[in-house]
Amino acid sequence: MKYLLLIYNNREASDAWLALPPAEQQASMDLYWALDSSLKESGEFLGSEPLQGAETATLVQVRDGKRTTTDGPFAETKEVLGGYYLVDCDGLDRALEIAAQVPDAQWGTVEVRPVMDMSAFAPDDATAQAKA
Amino acid sequence: MIGGLLRRFGDFDLAEDAYADAVLAAWEHWPHDGVPANPGAWLSTTARNKALDRIRRETRRPDLERRADADRAGEPAVDDQMFASWALDDRLHLLFLCCHPALSQAAQVALTLRSVAGLTTSEIARAFVVPESTMAQRLVRAKRKIAAAGIPFGMPAAVDLPERVEAVCAVVYLVFNEGYASTGANTVVRADLCAEAERLAHLMHRLLPDDSSITGLLALIVLHDARRAARLRPDGRYVPLEEQDRRMWDAARIAEGERLAEQGVSTGALGPYQLQAAIAALHATAPSYDDTDWPQILALYDIHERVAPGPVVTLNRAVALAMCEGPAAALAVVRDLEQISAAVPEDRLLAVKAHLLERDGQIAAARDAYGDAALAAATAAERQYLLDRRDRLVPEASQVSSENATQCGAIHT
Repeated sequence: MKYLLLIYNNREASDAWLALPPAEQQASMDLYWALDSSLKESGEFLGSEPLQGAETATLVQVRDGKRTTTDGPFAETKEVLGGYYLVDCDGLDRALEIAAQVPDAQWGTVEVRPVMDMSAFAPDDATAQAKA
Repeated sequence: MIGGLLRRFGDFDLAEDAYADAVLAAWEHWPHDGVPANPGAWLSTTARNKALDRIRRETRRPDLERRADADRAGEPAVDDQMFASWALDDRLHLLFLCCHPALSQAAQVALTLRSVAGLTTSEIARAFVVPESTMAQRLVRAKRKIAAAGIPFGMPAAVDLPERVEAVCAVVYLVFNEGYASTGANTVVRADLCAEAERLAHLMHRLLPDDSSITGLLALIVLHDARRAARLRPDGRYVPLEEQDRRMWDAARIAEGERLAEQGVSTGALGPYQLQAAIAALHATAPSYDDTDWPQILALYDIHERVAPGPVVTLNRAVALAMCEGPAAALAVVRDLEQISAAVPEDRLLAVKAHLLERDGQIAAARDAYGDAALAAATAAERQYLLDRRDRLVPEASQVSSENATQCGAIHT
């Protein structure tokens, strides 16, 4: 099953990380690289990226064919999405185990969301490709 | 096996039904044809075929019929050790599934009673005093989450086992308390909850005999249940521990509970269930309320406060403290607790306070506290008991018999 692991942090924690000396930043990133390689080794890794701060975000909506663009998400929210892992693993227990290994789980929160299977709605050629 | 069916068909109800079908088929065939070389594979194949049959028929049996199957699943009809253990393992795995921490505890309780204990949705709704539609919705949402989130079926990983056992114990304890604490209109349904909790605890104990938390929980349930007959008068009135007729206690059950309680405390780290079982054993084996080993009970509560502190534990410890050192010391503890009263059910805090005040000879204050406690009481029987207790007190301290002792404030008096 595929799961998206959403890593949430509060703004203060993110700011504190940015203020760390480079050596400490490197040490904390090394924990992430270690998790990446262990997931690649087990074949469960589908993708993972950290995200720039919420203040860099832009919101897009299309209403009646008209695009509107707004600066940033909702400023009041304390917890912001800081990155993600997309994994393919054997059931929720394993996904929770991986989530607990995400370094930010120690101070932030990791939300584990099963990926929805939309293959029933796939276009015909895509279905054929998937079966091949 | 239900997990395999779940993975294949993604439908919890269907997987449950197909599994029940396969088990029934086994009971029909195996006594005549002999147990197959690989019973597990036989059951898997049969269950898969039964699931396909069901999909083809597109019909569901009524709840009652399904419940009958669930009942039979609890009592293996074939005297075959291997098969019996198979069925039990699957029930344990089902229990772990229903009590998965990814589900809310309310959902865990509902699913466990529905899927493992075989109660109907309407019975569960009545037991927890919620509309049947609410309970049905809760079950549907929980089953949907199991399937959509991929909550696995099977034995949890060793590293997760303590957390998972704890979750199951919490559900079983909650089911038992819900049944035991109630004395109101739903008494009959609620007594079922006690019986179900005990069956679940027995099942857990048979499958994980070395887990001391489970042993403690089972001991706790057995010991309280042994005193059940003495807890209510025929008119439904509640009888506190100190006034119970101890001849009505079930001696054989107490012996069983005591043996389990000893087993629970002699293995593994001391947790809340073993400690409460040990305390219950001391109560159950005491010749009278006054001749109870209060110093040892107090010592056990001291340990309880260290390993698993909580305001309810502090309140119960205060009762033992009163019996050992007098009501004044205990009243000080209760007053501290009142500052954080949101943490303790108000009716229990007030009831204990009233008893302590009464013991301390503060009759006017005790009468007020009994009245307040009656207002906060959760059940009619409890309210009546508290009002009786208040009305027994006449405003002059001199007329109060010294026999009026403190009620034990434990949940399970």
